[in-house]
Amino acid sequence: MTEVTSAAAARGPLAMEATGLNKDFRLGRGQKLHAVRDVSLSLYQGAVVALVGESGSGKSTVAKLLAGQEHLTSGSVLLNGEPVDVSTRRAFRRYKSQVQLVFQDPFASLNPAHTVRYHLERPVRLHQHRSSGAEVNKEVEALLEQVRLIPAAAFADKYPHELSGGQRQRVSFARALAARPNVLLADEPVSMLDVSIRLEMLALLDDLRKRFQLAMLYITHDIASARYFADEILVMYAGRIVERGPAEDLTQQPAHPYTQLLVASAPDPDNLGHGLRGLRRSTTAASGPAAAGCPFNPRCPFADDRCREENPPPQLVSPQRSAACWNLDLAAANVSDHAEERQA
Amino acid sequence: MSTYPDQAATTASPVAFPGAVPPDTVLEIRDLSVVYRTPGGDVRAVDRVNLDLAAGEVVGLAGESGSGKSTLVYGASRLLRAPALITNGSVRYSGRRVSEPVDVLTMKSDELRRLRWREIAIVFQSAMNALNPVLNVRDQMTDVMHAHLRISRDEAREKAASLLDLVGIPRSRLRSYPHELSGGMRQRVMIAMALAIEPEIVIMDEPTTALDVVVQRDILAQVVELKDRLGFSILFITHDLSLLLELADRIAVMYAGHLLEVGSSAEIQHAAAHPYTKGLLNSFPSLHGPRRDLAGIPGSPPDLRKLDPGCPFLPRCAYGTDACTGIDMSLAQVATSADPSHVTSCPFVLPDTPVPTSAAQEVWP
Repeated sequence: MTEVTSAAAARGPLAMEATGLNKDFRLGRGQKLHAVRDVSLSLYQGAVVALVGESGSGKSTVAKLLAGQEHLTSGSVLLNGEPVDVSTRRAFRRYKSQVQLVFQDPFASLNPAHTVRYHLERPVRLHQHRSSGAEVNKEVEALLEQVRLIPAAAFADKYPHELSGGQRQRVSFARALAARPNVLLADEPVSMLDVSIRLEMLALLDDLRKRFQLAMLYITHDIASARYFADEILVMYAGRIVERGPAEDLTQQPAHPYTQLLVASAPDPDNLGHGLRGLRRSTTAASGPAAAGCPFNPRCPFADDRCREENPPPQLVSPQRSAACWNLDLAAANVSDHAEERQA
Repeated sequence: MSTYPDQAATTASPVAFPGAVPPDTVLEIRDLSVVYRTPGGDVRAVDRVNLDLAAGEVVGLAGESGSGKSTLVYGASRLLRAPALITNGSVRYSGRRVSEPVDVLTMKSDELRRLRWREIAIVFQSAMNALNPVLNVRDQMTDVMHAHLRISRDEAREKAASLLDLVGIPRSRLRSYPHELSGGMRQRVMIAMALAIEPEIVIMDEPTTALDVVVQRDILAQVVELKDRLGFSILFITHDLSLLLELADRIAVMYAGHLLEVGSSAEIQHAAAHPYTKGLLNSFPSLHGPRRDLAGIPGSPPDLRKLDPGCPFLPRCAYGTDACTGIDMSLAQVATSADPSHVTSCPFVLPDTPVPTSAAQEVWP
């Protein structure tokens, strides 16, 4: 195993450490779906780690594993150095008061029959063990102010349908914060929102991260937002992490052929009026990941016989970067030099 | 009876594009207004919108959810049902196969049936919902051909197969049902079906929003390639302005039922005039080039039921003044632009107008 120094480590102490996570789903008739394979990641207080990948790559499953909502097939998760215990209701509740999830769809994650106040009161009572009505009320209003739903008293009595998409997502951030967590797992927190609002929401998350020294996992399919928001980016493909590194280095000099394809596919406003012409088409895009060898080999321009037979382990690209590819000398010929230049 | 309103009625309206309309215009939307009838009164979803589409052109319609972009296009193709109501306007279609321009809004249902798919085809956002789950790909495709062309069964089948070649799906998939296809393949089938009888205009309503960027680029590159080969026009609806900048020839920016700015991609990218367009351009993180300061747009889109007079963007606008409540939202050429087709609804702000310091925006990160 090659050890990479996480770019997020500079921000604060280690909060959560996941090692060798595996998750299989049984499909029946003895078939298994390997949703997550050998995923290791570390979250540090006050730092954002982004998990980037296409739909079906297993990134949401990783979030569920870290949140204790799915059983691990194998692997371990440590929270503040302690192994995670979610075996009983009480232990699970204790765990949840430290690790919270924010979901993608603010229309589905709030109960339409209850007010904003109800959504926030419950976690305040359960996780902060406050019982007096006045105390709870004060805490609810403080939470709403933290997510900038002002005046808080007015928002507390609204129902979800009275709020815009952005406001609803603020409520779900407030609900996650109500537990006073150390770790926030945000699964596509802005992808359902309008473009003009996304940035504001990411700015809010960034503010909350700083204020509460949250260790954050930001799951997204939008690698451009990860460039701006995250310290470290992990790229997932077919259940595996194929590349990891500091956000700026990884997006500007992607090493793994899949990351290169991902970056090349993002809309480039500076490539004006080309109407997407002249792009080398990946004709096999429709084909899924390979069963044997490197999962990306059917789509990879650098694939050779070794790639079709053996799955590559992560290889060091620079002290802070690794990529799982046999042919890095071809795929990422100049990457490490540039990374060093940038650091200099 | 095809009744096309007399020329005077259309030209008397506020002029959308100062300067001559190009002779090869295939679709000319004039003064189109659509309201939704609700118990609480009419909601103006589309308000006096003018938009042209030239032959072979890709026009992008950008807007947030609820801005009226889909309502505009569905209104123009007569796909809206009650409580939506077209209250005003004309939609003139002139293609190679029609002898004289026709007004889509006054067509009878049998005329509409001939227009749809044959002349104007639509690719909807959700391919899973738009495809028939109990018909296989070949049957859905030949169904369309039989409805619009006199064609034998074998010819139709052969054509279906060659259409799949066109969009890069193996012929073996002809017998597949929609649930057996991936999201990208379904969207390709939708595109193949839209192109089945060589329409003049293809309307694409967020065709790739649900897809991954890699698949999105793959499909769009293919669409542009087909457009170059077959010569249709594209009206492309999306909320993703960064995608349009690369894809479209011209971009129309829509907000709260109004077009706020229309211009070529280059003009929009480098000399956006309307404050909302400027805000949008500063809203998306870019992957390429140096890191930029991003500002975003404060506030949220307005409630169309409670619109104040004047510019609907005023509550979120950094440049706003009292004068903004009095403007009539018609489009006029951007004063500093050499391009007469670059128009904006804001009479006060130009591409190089500095942001007033009083409204210093939060810059992130």
